[in-house]
Amino acid sequence: MRYIDLHAHMVSRSTDDYVKMALTGCVAVTEPAFWAGWDRSSADGFEDYFRQLTDFEPKRAAIYGIRHFAWLCLNPKEGEDRQLAREVLRRIPRYLESPTVLGIGEIGLNRVTRNEIATFRDHVDLAIEHDQLIHIHTPHLEDKYKGTRTIVDLLSEYDRIDPSRVMIDHAEEHTLPMILENGFWTGLTLYPQTKVSPERAIDMFERYGTDRICVASACDWGPSLPDAVPHFALAMRRRGHAADLIDRIIYQNPIAFLGQSPKFDVGTTPRPGESAATVSPRNPTDAKSSAGVAAA
Amino acid sequence: MPSGVIPSPKTGRELVDEYFIENRTRLLEIAAYLDRLDRSDPSLVDRDFRVRAFREALRLLEDRPAAAGEPQTRVERIQHLLSDPTTEPLEKLDVKSARGAYDRWQMGVA
Repeated sequence: MRYIDLHAHMVSRSTDDYVKMALTGCVAVTEPAFWAGWDRSSADGFEDYFRQLTDFEPKRAAIYGIRHFAWLCLNPKEGEDRQLAREVLRRIPRYLESPTVLGIGEIGLNRVTRNEIATFRDHVDLAIEHDQLIHIHTPHLEDKYKGTRTIVDLLSEYDRIDPSRVMIDHAEEHTLPMILENGFWTGLTLYPQTKVSPERAIDMFERYGTDRICVASACDWGPSLPDAVPHFALAMRRRGHAADLIDRIIYQNPIAFLGQSPKFDVGTTPRPGESAATVSPRNPTDAKSSAGVAAA
Repeated sequence: MPSGVIPSPKTGRELVDEYFIENRTRLLEIAAYLDRLDRSDPSLVDRDFRVRAFREALRLLEDRPAAAGEPQTRVERIQHLLSDPTTEPLEKLDVKSARGAYDRWQMGVA
């Protein structure tokens, strides 16, 4: 089995999780910038985070033979602070030049406030200006339907948005149709409590087909599973689905979306500076990445 | 309910054979959760919107055809029952995190 986890917050995960993912066939992860569980105190805090995402984490993933790519933004949970958002957005463009940055994300909405919407628009404008792919978070629980509806409506106002270059993530049964009907890609997030179980995700594939739908773990600092995608594959087999259908969902579909960025590839040859020897948690001499972050 | 795009490889009987026990377990967990709440405070359904929403969602599990304008599936009906039906943005952030159900009764929490 081979798979790509299109949404994984690896900065929150241990090296054991990378091992688990590598052993189950993960060849690449993409990591959207997100909320740390607490609000960062300054734009400098985001800048350090962007360095971690674009420099340190790709090297850590490479130790386990996994390609690591990133999306950059100020996340929706902190989008209410317009002054902070403007300062962070001003700093993002130079990181877009990184060879592992695929686009802007995960932008979106949290509680669907006017400030969150303004920050969302600023990010969309930035993505258009720099011709970037867009990865979008939709709100949690009771806010999901309203937030998804708002996001789809806002994006429809843009003439220069190609929906096939936009992923509106964390879909559930009541939001998936509106996302697909408007031409966007979507993702089903496999969580043990909120969002979607493997069984419900399979139900949605059976109902709507596999076009423009991916699955991901969205593993982070909360209850989540770094091996959620292989668990999904196992559930697919238990339901009697064929291996080629599973491969289409967990490997070919992510490539179809992510491959729209010329930077994305799942080759086995290390990229410059990606050698596993670059960062070794066991060797204090090597335990500093070029970003200057202590590994362990 | 309309048939899907990808047919289930398993027959109805096979789905029951494979998944009945684990869903029986889930059913009993819900029953035990409600009994637990009743032992603790039987008035919660009138004082906490989350409990009210949960009870109303259980009614949507009944086997019946969808009414006009209503979602076709049980899971979508429940998702909509639990969702914020408003369309206007909030003027400012009220709370950071969602709570799992919309307080359509303006009831608050116990």
